[in-house]
Amino acid sequence: MDEEVAASESRKETTEVAPALIAVHPDGHHVAVAVGPDLRVFNFLSNSAVSLLDESVNQPFHKDNIRAIRFGAKGKLFVSAGDDKTLKIWSPENWKCISTVLSEKRVTAVAISNDGLYVCFADKFGLVWIVDLNKNSHDKKPIPLLSHYCSIITSLEFSPDNRYILSADRDFKIRVTNFPKNPLNGAHEIQSFCLGHTEFVSCLAFVPAQENPHSLLLSGSGDSTVRLWDITSGALLYTCEVAIKAGLLESNGNAEEHDHAVTDLCTTLDGLLVAVAIQSLQGIVLLSCNVSAQTLSVAKVVSIAGENFVPTCLANNPSTRELWMVTGVSSLPGYDYPSLSRVLVISGVDVEQEPVVLGDDKIPGGIKLLETLQGTASFDDNAFLVAAEAVKAAMCNLLIKKQYPFENREYRKKTRNDRKLKE
Amino acid sequence: MPETGGNSTFSKSTGLPRKRFYRARAHSNPLSDSHFPVPLSPSHVDYSLHYPQFFPSSDKADSCKKIKFADIGCGFGGLLISLSTLFPETLMIGMELRDKVSEYVKERILSLRVANPGQYQNVSVVRTNSMKYIPNHFEKAQLSKMFFLFPDPHFKEKNHRRRVISPFLLDEYAFVLEVGGIIYTITDVEELGDWMKSCLENHPLFEPLTEKELEADPAVKLLSSATEEGQKVARNEGQTFQAVYRRIAASDQIS
Ligand SMILES: C[S@@+](CC[C@H](N)C(=O)[O-])C[C@H]1O[C@@H](n2cnc3c(N)ncnc32)[C@H](O)[C@@H]1O
Repeated sequence: MDEEVAASESRKETTEVAPALIAVHPDGHHVAVAVGPDLRVFNFLSNSAVSLLDESVNQPFHKDNIRAIRFGAKGKLFVSAGDDKTLKIWSPENWKCISTVLSEKRVTAVAISNDGLYVCFADKFGLVWIVDLNKNSHDKKPIPLLSHYCSIITSLEFSPDNRYILSADRDFKIRVTNFPKNPLNGAHEIQSFCLGHTEFVSCLAFVPAQENPHSLLLSGSGDSTVRLWDITSGALLYTCEVAIKAGLLESNGNAEEHDHAVTDLCTTLDGLLVAVAIQSLQGIVLLSCNVSAQTLSVAKVVSIAGENFVPTCLANNPSTRELWMVTGVSSLPGYDYPSLSRVLVISGVDVEQEPVVLGDDKIPGGIKLLETLQGTASFDDNAFLVAAEAVKAAMCNLLIKKQYPFENREYRKKTRNDRKLKE
Repeated sequence: MPETGGNSTFSKSTGLPRKRFYRARAHSNPLSDSHFPVPLSPSHVDYSLHYPQFFPSSDKADSCKKIKFADIGCGFGGLLISLSTLFPETLMIGMELRDKVSEYVKERILSLRVANPGQYQNVSVVRTNSMKYIPNHFEKAQLSKMFFLFPDPHFKEKNHRRRVISPFLLDEYAFVLEVGGIIYTITDVEELGDWMKSCLENHPLFEPLTEKELEADPAVKLLSSATEEGQKVARNEGQTFQAVYRRIAASDQIS
């Protein structure tokens, strides 16, 4: 039953490669990139690298791959967490670490409640934990909030009105749970399940409510679709077969499995446009979202010419209409660079304008930003060739369940102690 | 049962079946990490396969009758057989993880249907892992009764999360049970009995039935006598421990 989780726990995972992550502060003043254990932040106001401050440990602040970063509570907080089983909460005002939370297991996803009172994180056992930020102590003890039975949670998200917490998993499930007034007693009342994806769910994003009373939810999946949901009922409103619609996949194509998995989603322009990252696509797909008709359609495929850039993570800068993208991995076996992260920006993400992939000379923050976030201003082409495979492997590791051979399963069954006791 | 618009296997524009949809599902079931098919969502459960007399065609639009009882880990199906005649108009299903056991129950029901024309049409069985796939089979507030009879004990502390009753799984059971719906548990293992009772007792969406209510409920009488496991325990004059709780509405405090 829970072979997957148990086996992945017992196995040594030190060789696992993690994809690079990116996040942009809602006011657009900071951009953060995580690659491996490194957290890099650039400040546009001072046009310089930020030095993070954490009195509790020496650099690097995380001792293993970072798996999740995000800004929250309108930019008042930033969190980072990952394989080192620690979650760090930072204040973007001075980039001091406010508190360090210890997890029993590796952390796979994080979310911050919109009122800034709670941070939630999911661990490798499919458990979601909550941390009360009101408590004054520096070391905060997480409390179990809810659980997916034996499936790894890929994405955690609060609804914009803070009424629900959403969790998506590597099976196919999206769970919508009422976020209670006192969440420290657990979140027991499930509002709905959004069911319809036929593969792992990789990402969630909200289309902010405009005239609608309720926000719509978007999800991306290994089944190469982006879907639109009503979270109150769990009803599937629309399915966009994004890989086919963008012409990446012939309808009779024989692409490798998961070659066109949707790996990340990012809403821009209040949800009018949705940027989609797809495994193997050098660029992004822009979907336009018609909120009143509740449909999605491909507006544009923005390709990146001249380099092998398949984004591992997307972020939106709402004030400048820029889409920030990163590709990269925590380690490049047998290569000079210990890790690789490459940042690119698409500007003019707008309905009227033509989106443009900015050259390195045009990127906001310039060389300084590239040096900060990438660790180097330029790479030789070989790095990208090596990275391309590693990026793919990292995304697969992250999202796709390990299949265990039948004999292995049988063996595990036979050696189960509880079964022996019963006989 | 209604199909949600976007979910349809029919193209919105042409009204024809979407080829890709069928082809994609043909080579392997995407959800079957355990070699059994799992319905994509409750609206994909084919009632005509389970209850052909109630649903003569797979055209689901003509009836809104839904499964109301679920026997989780039904084993050889004794409880279902007893419930079938006690509640002849209620659709019920057993969920069983072991392939051979679920096949046995299927055969058992089919032969009962043949031997007793018109009867046992309301029971069926599905092979599935109930701990993972309950939300794929039942909608919110669909069920009025859930049974957990003599579940595997999983003694060791670190295996407690394998138990079919746990604080987190109760959240899912509360989701598929209607308010007023009842969850029945029984075991001959005292430690497990205490565990199931305390999980239910501490859950904000369940309350215990009163003695009177227990006496008046015909299903309660079946708990210790109807299943194969129950009969075995009774033959050995073993003790049993039951906990029967009702799904209640969320109080303001928690929602
Ligand atoms: C001890 S037997 C009891 C069977 C029956 N309820 C009775 O009282 O005779 C427990 C049953 O639960 C089944 N089971 C265990 N875990 C399960 C799961 N996750 N999903 C469905 N069935 C399960 C086992 O295969 C076994 O048949």
